[in-house]
Amino acid sequence: MSATEERSATRRHVREGCGRRVVVVGYGPAAHRLVEALTGNGFDGTVTVLGEEPRPAYDRVALTSYLAGRTAEDLAYPAPAGVTARVGTRVTAIDREGRTVVTASGEAVPYDVLVLATGSAPFVPAVPGSDLPGCFAYRTIDDLDAIREAARGGGPGVVVGGGLLGLEAADALRGLGLDTHVVEMSDRLLPRQVDEGGGAVLRNHIEALGLTVHTGAGVRAVEAGPDGRAARLVKPDGEAVEARVVVFSAGVRPRDELARGCGLAVGERGGVVVDSGMRTSDPHIYAVGECALAAGMVYGLAGPCLAQAEVAADRILGGAATFEGADLSTRLKLLGVEVAQFGATSGALDVTYMDPVAGVYKKLFVSDDARTLLGGICVGDAAPYDTLRPFVGRDLPGAPSDLLFAGAGGDGIDLPDDALVCSCNNVTRGRVRAAIAEHGLTDVRGVKECTRAGTTCGSCVPALGRMLAESGVDTGRALCEHFAYGRAELFDIVRVRGIMTFSRLIAEHGTGRGCDVCKPVVASILASLGNGHILDGEQAALQDTNDHFLANIQKNGTYSVVPRIPGGEITPERLIVIGEVARDFGLYTKITGGQRIDLLGARVEQLPAIWKRLVDAGFESGHAYGKALRTVKSCVGSTWCRYGVQDSVALAIALELRYRGLRAPHKLKSAVSGCARECAEARSKDFGVIATERGWNLYVGGNGGFTPRHADLLAADLPTEELVRLIDRFLMFYIRTADRLQRTSAWLESLDGGLGRLREVIVEDSLGICADLDAQMERHVAGYADEWRATLEDPERLRRFVGFVNAPGTPDPSIEFETERDQIKPVLIPLEAVSR
Amino acid sequence: MSVLQQSPAAAAGERAWTPVCRYADLSPDRGAAALVGRRQIALFRTFDGRLYAIGNRDPYSGAYVMARGIVGSRGQEPTVASPMHKQVFSLASGVSLDDPATAVPTYPVRVVDGTVEVGLDRAA
Ligand code: SRM
Ligand SMILES: Cc1cc2nc3c(=O)[nH]c(=O)nc-3n(C[C@H](O)[C@H](O)[C@H](O)COP(=O)(O)OP(=O)(O)OC[C@H]3O[C@@H](n4cnc5c(N)ncnc54)[C@H](O)[C@@H]3O)c2cc1C
Ligand code: SF4
Ligand code: FES
Repeated sequence: MSATEERSATRRHVREGCGRRVVVVGYGPAAHRLVEALTGNGFDGTVTVLGEEPRPAYDRVALTSYLAGRTAEDLAYPAPAGVTARVGTRVTAIDREGRTVVTASGEAVPYDVLVLATGSAPFVPAVPGSDLPGCFAYRTIDDLDAIREAARGGGPGVVVGGGLLGLEAADALRGLGLDTHVVEMSDRLLPRQVDEGGGAVLRNHIEALGLTVHTGAGVRAVEAGPDGRAARLVKPDGEAVEARVVVFSAGVRPRDELARGCGLAVGERGGVVVDSGMRTSDPHIYAVGECALAAGMVYGLAGPCLAQAEVAADRILGGAATFEGADLSTRLKLLGVEVAQFGATSGALDVTYMDPVAGVYKKLFVSDDARTLLGGICVGDAAPYDTLRPFVGRDLPGAPSDLLFAGAGGDGIDLPDDALVCSCNNVTRGRVRAAIAEHGLTDVRGVKECTRAGTTCGSCVPALGRMLAESGVDTGRALCEHFAYGRAELFDIVRVRGIMTFSRLIAEHGTGRGCDVCKPVVASILASLGNGHILDGEQAALQDTNDHFLANIQKNGTYSVVPRIPGGEITPERLIVIGEVARDFGLYTKITGGQRIDLLGARVEQLPAIWKRLVDAGFESGHAYGKALRTVKSCVGSTWCRYGVQDSVALAIALELRYRGLRAPHKLKSAVSGCARECAEARSKDFGVIATERGWNLYVGGNGGFTPRHADLLAADLPTEELVRLIDRFLMFYIRTADRLQRTSAWLESLDGGLGRLREVIVEDSLGICADLDAQMERHVAGYADEWRATLEDPERLRRFVGFVNAPGTPDPSIEFETERDQIKPVLIPLEAVSR
Repeated sequence: MSVLQQSPAAAAGERAWTPVCRYADLSPDRGAAALVGRRQIALFRTFDGRLYAIGNRDPYSGAYVMARGIVGSRGQEPTVASPMHKQVFSLASGVSLDDPATAVPTYPVRVVDGTVEVGLDRAA
């Protein structure tokens, strides 16, 4: 039957109401994408997914981050609605005649259309001892749990295999504190991606990190120690490498056993044979992902697997999509080293750039007339990847040597529209450009949402940012008509040049007299850099009305007063004081969502007297008005709660006192929960802390508000001192680099390289600024003073707290209240009743 | 008598000049409210020493808060932004620069021997 006949046969199938029961075997990324593509495109039959792992599909590409502290839920994909997903259910056989699959428990599940998405299994060489306790594969969350458990005892660890996954596993073992070795059969690391020169540079990098690399070496055996667990690995030359943990990462084999068992065609070296519509030799059965032999090969990268899943879904829906093969280019960071490979790994001519001192190796392969780019390899600096990959098979956009030497690799090179930006999700530049234009996108987050580019491995995110800039989207640099800089740039100007006043800043670096946009930004920068009381001298004129009056303006022109109640803990005496102040000044009181008490309805001239009473009772400003730290909420924690594992209240109070008054690009909120039940809602905060048996987990970038976002785990099981240092750096780095009114959530999303980048900067100190950030925070902590008290103590500052300059004691006659539920409520002046 | 500054409007018509405060009571680039009769007036002293007086009522919210807005410039125009919802008004003409159909009243203002005086129509 011809392809067209085949296609119409499938269509008929759907029309006639068959094909309504889709069963998917395997629940990995490919299965997930397939199911999503079915349900998202109006499939009206039933979908059943049978997965062998004890959990729904998760992001295997990001698997290693699980060892760095991300949880299984962090990695999990959202469950598509309307689908029956059965986890812990292994399929053991397919009955093609009866159109059923049989599970390990003997149950038969009928299908009209079957999709195999069984992925692949790690290849473990059949050497003696490879099944000893202490030997592991590196593929699932369960594998990682087992490795983590085994690594607790410490000792040396060996990874067998120096390919992409092997090096990732090696990094993980190193992260678990093991003295790590890598054993690679070939004469270099990453034999499939880089050549000898690149391999050598990579090896230097990795050895400099303290890992030991053995190339040209296989495994003869794993030998047990007296406890029956793996103790050493023996190389073919008889040399032994001590190893308490052995991870096999010597390649994968497609899991085609079900297909073989029911007589479907499989490739010579494995893989279920499929046509360009992802259909196997049985028209009722499709295969997608790493188990499929498609377009002549088995693909081991997420991008092509997901593309195959989409093709199969389209076919099941009656479409005619095809999979014609995919780009195997990769760009990644291994053990902190950038590695990229695109196109061919050899060619008639090549141009190499090598800097052994800096550890950079770049090579381009070109056709014999030196005009067409065939491929390239980068180690140590992958910048040319984004620019040059799209030119594979095309005329070079410049002299090859220029392209390699020119740092970022060709600013101003105009890339074709059909060039792929995101290989994980098969998104072209044209598609991104169109989405930017059509939807008026202004940030990377928008591009991710609209096109899916950048949502898998994230390596294309910097390219997406550049495309936004290229498309003429002003990526937010100029603050307003007075400054051509963004907030981060202004921050650096003020910091580096030691500018202390707005006048000097605008005279030297801006135009005009400022406005309600730039003035508060500069005020906040000056305050973050510790320039004294915010109401002193010229700074006073920069503040928004809230900061200017150290209170929050309300709709009738009155203000609210929020005293700080660190951690939400308060004595009865202080509660009584708040009650008395509210009663004596006739204020409306309300418990806020931030575990403290708001006193509303104060007139400007009443504020100092109110503060005086509060300050005398030991209260201070809660900065409810400032783009500053608001509250650190807490739960009752281990002192009272029967589940608590740490003293969340004490930590919340300590954090709130440490960061009180810290001015930032936007407000900052925090919370501390005493155990994983998370009663303080820490994961909705800019920085949230959750107690563990061993210390504290630190989450960053959470948000409630307009666009809620769960905070990401930055680091786990931290002792208090380390936790505080990390928060210090996180906050100071945010304060330095975020845009105006950008909460940490949006900042983190827009940070090139996201959480990984944040870790590099504030944990690994990749920019060498940590000492500076630490010192800046120390200055803040040491220089803190309560703004209310400081105002009360200074007649000059108090002068502004009058209703009218010519009638200081007269209350504003426009402010009136009525009573509702026994408290005051503003009487609003009807807009039309007032003549101008 | 030394008149330091007198806005053009001050020349015209019958005015009652009301002294409201010392010039030194006003801070540069910041406003202050004054109560003249039943009228609330927002006074501003800009960075260059000029004075402006406009109605204190924010026409968008109805609240009497204009004096508490941030002072600045848009192009050559001196401005104040309502502290309630940030609409920007010209200090010179009172017109909303974001929405020319809306304006706040402006008043003549002058400094006499260091005292700021606001001029209102006799009728007011
Ligand atoms: C008083 C309070 C409501 C209450 O009665 O509970 C409140 C009141 C205001 N919130 Fe809020 N928010 C209050 C808790 C929250 C919370 C809950 C929390 O903090 O746990 C949230 C969501 C969490 C979050 O921020 O991620 C919240 C999200 C917002 C947002 C949206 C922020 C966002 O990122 O999308 C705004 C608007 C903004 O800041 O731009 C906002 C802005 C405001 C402002 C400042 C609006 C304004 O300019 O007038 C309100 C004036 C406060 C005042 O006059 O005192 N408020 N607001 C709460 C004060 C807590 C405190 O003790 O400090
Ligand atoms: C550590 C690691 C890092 C990686 N990094 C990258 C990267 O940076 N970039 C990249 O492109 N790719 C990367 N990959 C590869 C990528 O994860 C795979 O290409 C992708 O997971 C393939 O998806 P899949 O759904 O086809 O197979 P799998 O993810 O293997 O999922 C198949 C699922 O089917 C289940 N299953 C198998 N047989 C049965 C059965 N009989 N009954 C029921 N269930 C069954 C399996 O248990 C498994 O859960 C990485 C892989 C690993 C392990
Ligand atoms: S988070 Fe845990 S410790 Fe805190 S109150 Fe809830 S259950 Fe108790
Ligand atoms: S290339 Fe991996 S997400 Fe775009």
